[in-house]
Amino acid sequence: MSLSTVNERPGQMNSGNALELRGITKMFGALAAIADVTISVRPGERRAVLGSNGAGKTTLFNCITGDFPATSGIIRFFGEDVTAFPPYERIRRGLRRTYQISSLFAGLTVIDNVYLACRGVSRNRYSLLRPRSDDALVHAAEMLVEAVHLTAVKDRLVGELAYGQQRQLEIALAMSGAPRFILFDEPAAGLSPTERRDLVTILTSLPAHIGYIVIEHDMDVALRVVESVTMMHNGRVFKEGKPSEIEDDPEVQELYLGGGHG
Amino acid sequence: MSLADQAPPRASRGATKTAGPTSWIERIPAAWWAAALVLLAMPLVANNFWLFQVMGWTFILGMIAVSLTFLAGYGGMVSLLQMSIAGLAGYMVAILGPSGTTSISLGLSWWIVLPAAFLIAAIFATLSGALAVRTEGIYTIMITLAIAAAFFYFTRQNYTIFNGYSGFNLVLPPRLFGVDWRDPVAFYYLCLGCAALCYGAVVYVSRSPFGLALQGVRDNPRRMAALGFNVTAHRVAAHAFASIFASMGGILLVWQNAQIAPGTIGISSAIDVLVVAVVGGMRRPLGAFVGAFIYVILQTFSPDVLGAFGFSAERFKLIIGIGFLAVVLFSPDGVMGLWDRWRARAARRVDPLTGQPR
Repeated sequence: MSLSTVNERPGQMNSGNALELRGITKMFGALAAIADVTISVRPGERRAVLGSNGAGKTTLFNCITGDFPATSGIIRFFGEDVTAFPPYERIRRGLRRTYQISSLFAGLTVIDNVYLACRGVSRNRYSLLRPRSDDALVHAAEMLVEAVHLTAVKDRLVGELAYGQQRQLEIALAMSGAPRFILFDEPAAGLSPTERRDLVTILTSLPAHIGYIVIEHDMDVALRVVESVTMMHNGRVFKEGKPSEIEDDPEVQELYLGGGHG
Repeated sequence: MSLADQAPPRASRGATKTAGPTSWIERIPAAWWAAALVLLAMPLVANNFWLFQVMGWTFILGMIAVSLTFLAGYGGMVSLLQMSIAGLAGYMVAILGPSGTTSISLGLSWWIVLPAAFLIAAIFATLSGALAVRTEGIYTIMITLAIAAAFFYFTRQNYTIFNGYSGFNLVLPPRLFGVDWRDPVAFYYLCLGCAALCYGAVVYVSRSPFGLALQGVRDNPRRMAALGFNVTAHRVAAHAFASIFASMGGILLVWQNAQIAPGTIGISSAIDVLVVAVVGGMRRPLGAFVGAFIYVILQTFSPDVLGAFGFSAERFKLIIGIGFLAVVLFSPDGVMGLWDRWRARAARRVDPLTGQPR
């Protein structure tokens, strides 16, 4: 896989955190979707964000990537203040995300989708010349397609793919280029048990320097692929800790685990 | 089937696919060879009126319309500015080069005039594109219509640069290679060559990183931003790129008419470009030229037909309007869409197992 060779960025500001959120608040009108969220994630750390529906998990992701900018608060990405950056600038610095509802280009082929993702974080985005078959990015795209087991359907239109395949493509798009930190928004939603096992394999076999946050309702998936957990409730951070601590916490059990989810 | 023939903008299959074992010449279908032969041999049989007026105007209108097809089909941005961009390029040729209005025209030589005309039109397209791309759908149409209207009235009222109502006449193409390019046969081949160039460029670029990303921006701008693309800049760049085709058409237009005046770039002309692109079909760049041909044929011959039935020749717009309505109602992807569906039906009549007609 191409990912093993990609961390060629200088380890600048490595003393700090990969992702640092300070007092992030997002208002939708008078409603605070998330309020005063402060989270720090070390480089390479893998964390789950748990919480019931409406806890503000996806909104948190949207603030981190800039899809919906935060109303107030500061976001640092590898030490750099990216709060005012548009999404594409954050992505070019090594942040990636997947979407809860697959957000793909249905009219393009699988390989073209991944190629676009690779092109987006490299140079020559405006090139008018068609890629040659030995183009490095075409090769990188093919490696990514292989990594998510989609080689057999790489020339099919994405709109024709099965649901599980679209979810895998969603992950491939997030792994393009040189990711340093990935946000996975419910990657296991709607997947079959077999596909969930594949997903766990894909997540656990990511290179060690790539950290991620995963929003996941399926505890079997979530707690097997992370080393720390942040519980959110009503837009606020409710608990933080190791997976075992969170699982055993009586308050958490009452709020979430016992609440019929998972 | 070649990719160019089959692939609509929505389904640009295999941009990054490796080329097949056959060479690209072998993959051009017979219909394209036939069309090329007819177009190349047309001056042997056709009269000057057909070559210069009908076909010349078809290619020019097609080039201006294909710039809209590029923006709308691949970029999802319906702009009514393409005629204004064409007109600006034409005006620049008249103002910077020689014309009958010697008090304004600078009379510079063609190798300064032509690049300058393209450049100035591209700057205009970039600036107005930068205004338009922050809006969506009907608002893009409204903003571009407003700019087109403003430019039209500006040219009509400004006498120091655009010579107001009368515009410029005696704007002739340069005698390059000793050829009079307004000679019907020469002008026909000039327009044919430019139109083929524009068509080929649109097809080629649609599967380049720039063109692919533009289709991505059309389908899912938010995701494109989450892949590292600057969506706004990409859309503005598309306006600048499309201006090349419009400018080429505009320059040929001013040479064909040997004059340019505000009437050339009026609101009705701006809308005609949209009508041409929609009637032809925006899913494929060829649609722009098919639409232009239909429009020019109707415009040229329907007055005679109407006159024979005792109607006013002015009523030809009514026919075009009804045609436009019919296309929008029954075939939203234009005449090319009708053609595609007819071919798909014809293919279904063949038994998929035996290949024999059912």
